[in-house]
Amino acid sequence: MKINLQDLILNIKDIKVGQKILLSGDIYTARDSAHKRVIDILNKGEDLPIDLKNSAIYYCGPTPVKPGEIVGSCGPTTSSRMDVYTTRILKEGVKVLIGKGARSEYVVKSFKKNNAIYLVATGGVGALISKRVKKSELLVFEDLGPEAIYRFEVKDMPLIVAIDSFGNSIFNKICPTFINT
Amino acid sequence: MRKIESSTITNAVKDLCAKSNYNLPDDVLKSVNASIFQELGVSRDIRDILEQIADNAAIAKKEKIPLCQDTGTANFFVKLGKDVYIEDGNIYDAINKGVVLGYVNNYLRKSIVSDPIERKNTMDNTPSNIYIDIISGDKIEITFLPKGGGSENASALKMLTPSVGWEGVKEFTLNVVKDKGRDACPPLIVGVGIGGDFASVGLLSKRTLLREIGSVNKNTFYAKKEQELFSEINKLNIGPMGMGGSPTVFAVFIATKATHIASLPVAVSIQCHSCRRMKISI
Repeated sequence: MKINLQDLILNIKDIKVGQKILLSGDIYTARDSAHKRVIDILNKGEDLPIDLKNSAIYYCGPTPVKPGEIVGSCGPTTSSRMDVYTTRILKEGVKVLIGKGARSEYVVKSFKKNNAIYLVATGGVGALISKRVKKSELLVFEDLGPEAIYRFEVKDMPLIVAIDSFGNSIFNKICPTFINT
Repeated sequence: MRKIESSTITNAVKDLCAKSNYNLPDDVLKSVNASIFQELGVSRDIRDILEQIADNAAIAKKEKIPLCQDTGTANFFVKLGKDVYIEDGNIYDAINKGVVLGYVNNYLRKSIVSDPIERKNTMDNTPSNIYIDIISGDKIEITFLPKGGGSENASALKMLTPSVGWEGVKEFTLNVVKDKGRDACPPLIVGVGIGGDFASVGLLSKRTLLREIGSVNKNTFYAKKEQELFSEINKLNIGPMGMGGSPTVFAVFIATKATHIASLPVAVSIQCHSCRRMKISI
């Protein structure tokens, strides 16, 4: 199903676990260090340099852009490392998180509570995903190198709904006996 | 004595960094394609993931885009001929200079922080890990294994007691894959090191990742054990990207080493499907 980000957020209750979607719209990249910095700013009560309300965050640290290209290789990184930050990030109004791999049980609950969803991309296919990025712009935290926050305009980015806003997780469905550490 | 200029090593390493990040090895691609065929009519979702992996390899090769954005920690396994004399420098500096040039000039990602707590990016992907074996002859053989952090984080080491034997090693290996495997971009390649000591068993397990998929362990006992682990792991229903089904692993490799009478060290190195490795000879 092709869908743009704003339609997806407006109709988030219609999005169900296991669905395959081709996402279009503007998304932020942010991984470990950018998350840490965002949380530090929030904890100090200062204003964030980006607007998180009704936004999507892609856990990604791309390769540098070659001259004449739009973006570098840009696949997802492991989401579970961002679990500790996720409840706070969702409270700020982020509605869509994109990464790879399973999430902790308390994070699954946070998605439900905050009416948000988690999408997974195929890991290790950064060259393929780069073809779905139509624009990229470095927004903030340039000093973090690959961990800086970029804005990507994506077109038909291939994703699977891994956790929906009802708190259903694809990973629990596949093998409920796994421990969510 | 054969004289080799350090710049010769640097230039070779520079090219190695780029090429290995654009080209998925033939044996890995063959496994991906074989899995697509196996999944025909089984699961559309799983086939889609495997097809994305194959398409990604084609795009990366044709357009020289890194296969994965995580262009890895630069690991070098070097066989250094004892009759080689390196002019104007030493092998460590020569390789690290090649890494700087290879990663900076080719727009590969710099993924190394200088201090594990402070976490400041060195911005040139050095220092690399360099493991040197001295061999006879006058050649240098360098095998490069750029390894991503996601799969590295899924690896584990444990000091078992001798009484648990093979069953203990097997249980530990299966638990490592069960707990962390789906976050490490499966289908995986699993390297199991058994023996040695705490310091050496990790390297043993990592070095065995250099083997080609389909290669058979020379030790018939461990060849059978590799098959045993291969089929047990593929029954875990983790599947490509943790989406269930199979394959969960493309291969399991075991390497062993003599050990202390009190010890049974085991290390499990997890390698993602983007198993980049390349060897050159100077």
